[in-house]
Amino acid sequence: MSANPIRDADARARGAIFKRLRAAPAGEPVAVPDVAGYYAARAVPQDESRTARFIRHAQSWRAEVVETTPADWPQALAGVFADKRPARLLLGRGTAIAETVAGLLPAEQLRWYDEPLAGIKKELFDEVDAGITTTVGAVAETGSLLLHPTPAEPRTLSLIPPLHIAVLHERQIFETLHEAMSTQRWTDAMPTNVLMITGPSKTADIQRVLVYGAHGPKELVILLIRDGGGA
Amino acid sequence: MSAEAVTVRPEDFKLRSHEALHDAHLRSSFRGAMDFLIERRALQFPDLQAFERLRKMGEQVRQHALNHLPDLLETLEANLTARGVQVHWAETPEDANRIFLDIAQRHEASLMVKGKSMVSEEIELNHTMAAQDIECLETDMGEYILQLDGDRPSHIIMPAIHKTKQDVAEIFHEHINGAPLTDDVNELIGIGRQALREKFGAAKIGVSGVNFMVAETGTLVLVENEGNGRLCTTVPDVHIAITGIEKVVEKLEHVLPLYALLPKSATGQAVTTYLNIISGPRRDGEKDGPQEMHLVLLDNGRTQAYRETRYRATLQCIRCGACMNHCPVYTRVGGLSYGTTYPGPIGSIISPHLVGLESTRDLPTASSLCGACGEVCPVKIPIPDMLMKLREAGRHSVTESMTPPSQALVGQGTVRRLGEVLAWKGWRLLYSNAALYRLFAWLAPRLRWLTPPVQAGWTQSRAPLKPAPQSLRAMLAQRRRDGGG
Repeated sequence: MSANPIRDADARARGAIFKRLRAAPAGEPVAVPDVAGYYAARAVPQDESRTARFIRHAQSWRAEVVETTPADWPQALAGVFADKRPARLLLGRGTAIAETVAGLLPAEQLRWYDEPLAGIKKELFDEVDAGITTTVGAVAETGSLLLHPTPAEPRTLSLIPPLHIAVLHERQIFETLHEAMSTQRWTDAMPTNVLMITGPSKTADIQRVLVYGAHGPKELVILLIRDGGGA
Repeated sequence: MSAEAVTVRPEDFKLRSHEALHDAHLRSSFRGAMDFLIERRALQFPDLQAFERLRKMGEQVRQHALNHLPDLLETLEANLTARGVQVHWAETPEDANRIFLDIAQRHEASLMVKGKSMVSEEIELNHTMAAQDIECLETDMGEYILQLDGDRPSHIIMPAIHKTKQDVAEIFHEHINGAPLTDDVNELIGIGRQALREKFGAAKIGVSGVNFMVAETGTLVLVENEGNGRLCTTVPDVHIAITGIEKVVEKLEHVLPLYALLPKSATGQAVTTYLNIISGPRRDGEKDGPQEMHLVLLDNGRTQAYRETRYRATLQCIRCGACMNHCPVYTRVGGLSYGTTYPGPIGSIISPHLVGLESTRDLPTASSLCGACGEVCPVKIPIPDMLMKLREAGRHSVTESMTPPSQALVGQGTVRRLGEVLAWKGWRLLYSNAALYRLFAWLAPRLRWLTPPVQAGWTQSRAPLKPAPQSLRAMLAQRRRDGGG
């Protein structure tokens, strides 16, 4: 892009804005915020396990939590399918859960997320009624799931289908979002997208009446694999 | 669709608020909504000491960021650029609209889908794009309802709070093809969802606001419940984010206390459904996300607020709306009366910087200075103090002594009237010169009959001001003569 009047206008505006900002007097000095210290000093409730708190909070946001074990999770997932009866389930290839999930439903009910969005968009909006994803963790204090969308599991997989099923390992439940992002060192290599998801999408824009399924999923099912941790 | 929105001007604040006060329907819907939000917020902060610790943290994060604003903006720009985001700078709404138009024309886009963004309303994006035959469609349910009806938001978090479900039923029935007339809220949301899904799929450009920007990682953070923000930033080929230059913080972890404060203060929710953390467009191998991503950074008066340390705290705002919910004036006159993008107490201290003090001169006076706004502010903006400073700026040209000395705001001294200035000068003279004062005290009771029975606004609901029949000095002398104490 050569001589571009918008580029020139940008540069002029940038120059003028920085000139004014740089000319402004310094503010009262404040200490560098110690966010880690703030979270470390906060008391964590001791009367209830981390997992129990996660489940309680997630349910309070209308997420359904299905508890299972590392050995039994395929059967538990089959139970979710039997209950929700997805006609077409979208899933990513090559993930830790892909093969097992594929074994639970007939091939014609599976839709693999194999091509870029443009090629699947219409189907995704009109036909696919469920999506299943892995998670990178969860937050106990708010009942939230953490997702880092990947080429295998793109952003829209947890967004467009009306039912989102998420598989979560108990040992990846953190107390706070701060603990999750610092333990997993997110800032070392920020993914293009990180999502914290708490319950299905919702709105209260009409007369403050709470309605689920505004633009995203109407239902969120969390398959919680109890593999220790979460004490 | 009615692209033409009703024009409301801040100059008309007194007239509009007078009308609003007599609108029983509006008053009860606002009162109900605000009481609801106040109660829900209080439940989120049961422990006042814990709240104080958290908001101290929030204040510190914002002040730290503002103290280093130019440096952080440079770091942000460098990191975003390295991640493939095109960063644009706009001094005025016109600049920003030109940038949008240029991108839209390059992509031959006739439809943009937009997530909730107050800054896009600040620049009147929908209106400007419509004039160029580009439809800029609101996708937040509340904003969508208002856009269909050609109305404006009355609250920054609950934009359609002044509409009833019957209103919405009629608006949908009239404007959405094949929409049945129903006032079942679940069905109404379903109608909106379906109508908008077609648009998400068709739009080439998605527009969003930004809640926080992170300098060290080159990251945009969006907070929402509905999922339309995620759709706007993920499905269209091009994503354009727009926000004010003040929204940056230094580190990713600095977002956390602000996010812990924002939804609790706004709607009394501990968290939103989605916290969407975006660090660049689609990378090689990824299957969705925009292929092209832009960030438009708008000044529009923010550097004026920044220039003076006395006004700078205004820029700490994280747009939660708690000050509005708790304001006895806002609760009664509603958001539309203000005629500005940002209504309520925070609007009254931001708007004079954005559009000048001349048209917004009445807004800093729309407060009883009860202090509720300052008490609930999650980042401790001293709003009542700022209101007082703006009142002062309205009445004083800079040449007069303001402490500390100050540069002129746009519209500085706009309320200053020669008659009033002279009256105060005269008063000062009278009260600092004994002989003159004695003459005045002798004269005033004798000229009492000359005072007019109608005295501007004062006599609308009060008895006219008149000098007393006798001065205090004369009364005391009288008592002494009569042998009293």
